[in-house]
Amino acid sequence: MEKLILRRVDRNNEEMILNFGPQHPSTHGVINFIVETDGEVLRKAVPDVGYLHRSIEKIGEVTGWHGFMPFTDRIDYVAAMFPNEGYATAVERLTGIEVPRRAQYLRAISCELARIASHLVSLGTMSMDIGAFTPMLHGIRERETINDLIEALCGARLTYNYHRIGGVAFDLPEGWKERTLAFLDHFDKFLVEFDRLISFNEIYVRRLANVAVITGKDAVDYGLVGPNLRGSGVDWDVRRDLPYGAYDDFEFAVPVGQGFKGTVGDCYDRYYCRCLEMGESSKIVRQALLQLPEGEIMAPKVARNLKVEAGEALSRVESARGEMAFYVVADGTNKAYRVRARTGSFTAMGIIESASPGLMIADLVALIASLDVVAPEIDR
Amino acid sequence: MAKIDSEVGGDVTFFHTSQLDQLINLARENSLWYLLFGLACCGIELIQTGGPRADLMRFGAIPRASPRQADFMIVAGTLTYKMAERAKLLYDQMSEPKYVISMGSCANCGGLFQLAYSVCKGVDKVVPVDVYVPGCPPRPEALTEGLIRLQDKVRNERWQDKRRAPVQGTGAA
Ligand code: SF4
Repeated sequence: MEKLILRRVDRNNEEMILNFGPQHPSTHGVINFIVETDGEVLRKAVPDVGYLHRSIEKIGEVTGWHGFMPFTDRIDYVAAMFPNEGYATAVERLTGIEVPRRAQYLRAISCELARIASHLVSLGTMSMDIGAFTPMLHGIRERETINDLIEALCGARLTYNYHRIGGVAFDLPEGWKERTLAFLDHFDKFLVEFDRLISFNEIYVRRLANVAVITGKDAVDYGLVGPNLRGSGVDWDVRRDLPYGAYDDFEFAVPVGQGFKGTVGDCYDRYYCRCLEMGESSKIVRQALLQLPEGEIMAPKVARNLKVEAGEALSRVESARGEMAFYVVADGTNKAYRVRARTGSFTAMGIIESASPGLMIADLVALIASLDVVAPEIDR
Repeated sequence: MAKIDSEVGGDVTFFHTSQLDQLINLARENSLWYLLFGLACCGIELIQTGGPRADLMRFGAIPRASPRQADFMIVAGTLTYKMAERAKLLYDQMSEPKYVISMGSCANCGGLFQLAYSVCKGVDKVVPVDVYVPGCPPRPEALTEGLIRLQDKVRNERWQDKRRAPVQGTGAA
């Protein structure tokens, strides 16, 4: 393929084809973009994915129902709670296992903490791509605290493997509730500080506002999900509109892009939606901790060697990167016939080709960062 | 280093007897710059290790984006066959003397993905590895330990031995 060759197309103008990635600090993982430029202005950028294809879905057909859970972590490692939950929910729908209320609350708590952790990385790396290094370190600092909390909960810092088919693996450790509430008090103040530090920074705003506008119609047509979709002004959140687990018990707002500093659907809207979402997640965790019901954390009698009647099921959860769907097919044995994950980052790749023409090369970095893609979610 | 005797006053001469090798190694081991090569999940732990708590920079390790400025490479994450080619290319672009830390089970041996058809079972199939850090993902402390082991290695070798004749024009990239 000609794409791997760096070449000048025509000596009379500035056209050239560049490879941006796969090893580049601002591609957020291993993704390659084949960039056609005319001088500094992009003709178009075409994503070339597959550098992190780890055949996770295929492995799902060999491991058995329970055994696939650790692999779901690796589908979205920045917020590994969501694939856990999505897969567990799908299998529960398939088998008709009822999850105890307390376990559903614990799932919501762990997921929202993971969402905050994921957005912190996303916003931090985004500001680093734009050229501000400090916010990244602030984000990582807060993330360390969340990592500590989750580590106390399930023993892992990154690949949690916390949810189980039929519940969650561990109950809250002693003193965890107070520690988390104390952290949330601190975190709400941190959000204000973070806004002052970077979100309302004049240079930063000018770098992002009115850049790479994605209209609401385009966002729907290309199948964008999550903060990318809401950043374009479409009011859709699975947690609120198709509630699963414990989410119908909580009060929370769904931030929607409204042209905070420029046009609806620009990079700044997508950025700021994530900032606001962190505040909402913190509210959800607080409510869930205060209302936490007593009871079991695991459904009774979930067989170790689970055999599932032939059938299929779909689950939809709102992950940090948007709607994540798991589709599982059973054929009556103790292994899945097919496991399929539908992830937000993959569809977000699709819009880059049509959103990029006319951007400067430096703005392409802003566009990619604002879409918040994670490489294994694209390739699985 | 001669002890400064504050009682004596006047001319105090600093001196340090050593071998040139040791002196050079002292400088080298404390300024090992690494190539940011986060491939998968372990890449996030790599970021955390460079972050405020673990702070890899206090050992003189500074992340570089370009292989030409890097002394060693931390391969953090799963290496797929498609990426393996690129990893080799990046390794070749680094200047001698160069080292490789393999971080995480995936980079060590394929880890969790033994059954996967698209995963290269270990980065040592492509480039030589100096330090293996186990874990899935290794904690920041473990990676720091890995760096300290690498420093040990650098300290105890003759730096000239590490220099190889330059590869004659392969025309790569
Ligand atoms: S060793 Fe584990 S955490 Fe690291 S890249 Fe492999 S699967 Fe991910």
